[in-house]
Amino acid sequence: MQFTKNALNLDPAREVDRIVQFLQQNVRQQMRRHGGVVGISGGIDSALVLALTVKAFGAKNVVAVMMPDKDSDSLSEKLARDAAIRRVVPQYDAAKGYKAKIVLPQDLLEEGTLNVFSVTVIAPDGREETKPLPPREMLEIVAATNLKQRSRMSTLYFHAEARQYAVIGTANKNEHAQGFFVKYGDGGVDLQIIAHLFKTQIYQLAKHLNVPEGIQKRTPTTDTYSAPCDQEEFFFRLPYATLDLLWFAMENRIPISDVAKVMELAPEQVQRVWDDIARKQRTTAFLRLQPPMMEAPATISS
Amino acid sequence: MTTPLNPEIEPAIRDFIATRLLYSDDGFKYSDDAPLLQEGIIDSLGVVELVEFVQTHFGVKVEQREVRPDNFDSVLKLAAFVRSKVPVRV
Repeated sequence: MQFTKNALNLDPAREVDRIVQFLQQNVRQQMRRHGGVVGISGGIDSALVLALTVKAFGAKNVVAVMMPDKDSDSLSEKLARDAAIRRVVPQYDAAKGYKAKIVLPQDLLEEGTLNVFSVTVIAPDGREETKPLPPREMLEIVAATNLKQRSRMSTLYFHAEARQYAVIGTANKNEHAQGFFVKYGDGGVDLQIIAHLFKTQIYQLAKHLNVPEGIQKRTPTTDTYSAPCDQEEFFFRLPYATLDLLWFAMENRIPISDVAKVMELAPEQVQRVWDDIARKQRTTAFLRLQPPMMEAPATISS
Repeated sequence: MTTPLNPEIEPAIRDFIATRLLYSDDGFKYSDDAPLLQEGIIDSLGVVELVEFVQTHFGVKVEQREVRPDNFDSVLKLAAFVRSKVPVRV
């Protein structure tokens, strides 16, 4: 396979048809459901999923549910999260206007640093302080924050079950395969219809289906923390246009020298990204697992 | 004259990885040069715990830019990293 910067280009019309058939077949024939429920964030992934679901079932058989941050972020999870942040940055005080976000190092290409989260606290006067997160605080912040995604999942299933609809997932491949989702939160869905598509390809389909331009042009963000944080900062560590091509090359075993040449990177930079992708997939493999089950027991007569 | 290299570093690292990260009852079953991350022996969460262990157990400060495979990807590499951070008495 020859690798070029156009390697991810799709035939969008054909892919849309394929996804629509997948939706119809699985929701109607397999699940015996009448339509779909889609959780909307204002971002391109959920907008595309909504457009595809409407194309599959007609607008009358689709419910879009918008759940803004303020309506799904309970006080208890805020308090738990803020307490953990304060143990790392004592001056942090949300009531006084301090904001915070969780970030990964942005030097993946240059340094190949590993995925150790830091917390960045932004004071009301704009001054920023960034400190590495110890394990206990990291786990507590993640656990508190994940409550929001799980409460949103419950809301979507409420609406779906009241209508005998299916909950349609909005995770793209970058999120699903690298574990950027919450188990039984935004990962708790009946089927995934764009989890096979790189972010780059999401944009291609969104353009084809005339998703509003304002949504197409929005920077992918994570609405998880009080300080504005884009997905590159929070998790992916690279612009998706670069990440997606390098990942595609990795999956298709393109020789590293060819990839480096096309992407205008050094081979060791390509290797750093490939290693990072592999590590994220391994670390988050359990998120994608079905719960293991025991085999039936031996009976006395056997 | 320098003091001998501290022989306690590798055993402490092996023990931490075996008991805390791998839940092993049989100790650390890999070679000291086994690539922990490359082979998936430990994952990203394990790295976070290793960073904290190195800081609290050996009293060394780990900068974020130092959390790289060439410092953390094996018992040997990690031990060398710890030694590089601990002052050598002459």
